[in-house]
Amino acid sequence: MGKRIGMEIALAAAEVAALCRPDVIAAYPITPNTHIPEHLSDIVAEGRLDAEYICVESEHSAISACCGASGTGARTFTATSSQGLLFMQEVLPIVSSLRLPVIMVIGNRAVSGPINIWNDHSDIMYQRDTGWVSLFAANGQETVDMVIQAFKIGEHRDVMLPVNINIDGFQLTHVVEPIIMPDQEEVDRFLPPYKPFAQLHPDKPMTMGALGLPEIFNEAMRAKDEAILQSKKVVLDVWKEWEKQFGRKYEPIESYKTEGAETLLLTMGSMGETAEIAIDELRKQGVKAGLLKIKLWRPFPFEELRKAVKGAKVLAVMDRAVSFGGPGGPVFAEIRSALYDEPKKPKTLNFIIGLGGRDVMVEDFIKMAKKTALTKKLKPEDAYEIYGVRE
Amino acid sequence: MLEIRWHGRGGQGAVTSVELLALSAIEEGKYAQGFPSFGPERRGAPVTAFNRVDDKQIKIRSGIYHPDVVVVLDQSLVGLVDVAEGLKPTGTLLINTTKTLAELNKNIRFKGRIATCDATGIAWKELGVPITNTTMLGALVKLTGAVKLEALDGPIKERFGRIAQKNQAAAKRAYEEVRIISGDR
Repeated sequence: MGKRIGMEIALAAAEVAALCRPDVIAAYPITPNTHIPEHLSDIVAEGRLDAEYICVESEHSAISACCGASGTGARTFTATSSQGLLFMQEVLPIVSSLRLPVIMVIGNRAVSGPINIWNDHSDIMYQRDTGWVSLFAANGQETVDMVIQAFKIGEHRDVMLPVNINIDGFQLTHVVEPIIMPDQEEVDRFLPPYKPFAQLHPDKPMTMGALGLPEIFNEAMRAKDEAILQSKKVVLDVWKEWEKQFGRKYEPIESYKTEGAETLLLTMGSMGETAEIAIDELRKQGVKAGLLKIKLWRPFPFEELRKAVKGAKVLAVMDRAVSFGGPGGPVFAEIRSALYDEPKKPKTLNFIIGLGGRDVMVEDFIKMAKKTALTKKLKPEDAYEIYGVRE
Repeated sequence: MLEIRWHGRGGQGAVTSVELLALSAIEEGKYAQGFPSFGPERRGAPVTAFNRVDDKQIKIRSGIYHPDVVVVLDQSLVGLVDVAEGLKPTGTLLINTTKTLAELNKNIRFKGRIATCDATGIAWKELGVPITNTTMLGALVKLTGAVKLEALDGPIKERFGRIAQKNQAAAKRAYEEVRIISGDR
């Protein structure tokens, strides 16, 4: 049976990755994900996990090693952050195009410059279109649960795609908190051994990663797009199965006190729980406010979003990355576009918050919600603001 | 909810303190967070670390700016950094020092409850090194009841192995010897 323990979330991510019995781990430590590869290397060195831990000289090599290993049919795991993820970028779309279920935990961190090691979502947003399934955890428990879920989702025959699990750097990676850690038997019951669709093997040569001529490239992209769109059904099935076995419910978009809510806030990642406290306070003050929390970023849960915002007058999207010279933060741009053709939809506005580790407190969410509630009309170019800029 | 800020110098084990306290509270069935001040830390430089302890689930993930308790592991920090900054007037300031209230008041503007403990002296005697983090945990537990003194035993044992007993003894002595020198007793 699982056990309630106290553990730093990064260490818990490493422990649970080991429970998933990966065959190959290749990673290069970078703040704030460092404790994940460090701890996994300990686990392998101690003989607790029979896996190949490949010490690489860079993140580019880490993801390349995972890609190759996954091609041979190995279950593979890696972790990174920020510049390290950007350094991986050239390989990320190749992993998804090869339909290899590499699993990666991203300890989200700002992207330089100026140099900054603290948390925001810039790193993953630059990788948005690489064709990976993308999950966002709000706390330590979700981190642990999602690592296990990710293997099952990515390796499913109807998916065969890499999956990243986003956990906020420091705000999650470096916090010791209570986590229900499943035991080996429970993980084994949920996650069967990986059965690859195709395997590189000297006895049975085949090509992976062939040239795609113009005659085939459209089709290859369409196939990849369909694969990730189709993966939503598997995500939902895996989450249902998870709830059945472990009793914890997962939804693409989680709602908090949205009944009768006229003003909605929407967050992704660890700030959701702090925002919940603000919603409690606003409700006490008589403001009809509610909260939506995105857990599934790719494939984007269009249907669930449209349902979740029904009845709301105004929706404020909290982004933690900037699309410079664009229409607002990446989450906001997506949501506006998703609602564009809806006959009845809330007004939408965008707060870009918590960049590079800037703290966002309960009072800030209350302020933003109150400003949102008073919003009457907005010109598109006034729809977003970088909140809390010291002027 | 109890919110605690620890002051130490890099290498003195403030981060270990918050981990041990969080683990002890979680083992007691409570909810807790332990986290460092986020960012790079250098040996010898002033550092902070934080705890939250509560009987119910802790949702808040922003920083702690108005702690209920401040623990100072190194008395040389008093006056160097404003250790009482943001400390609630009803809160407690716990300092590892042998100084008197009059001496401390030259550098501290806090008028609430102040407690002291000669943790360095205890650590020298019990551990043979001037590392005061586990010692000060004992003093903190006495003042706040955040966890029972015995609750520290498990996490200390797991963390320190064969020198665990010495650390447990140091914590126990601080538990007995900590004194409230100002404010509500």
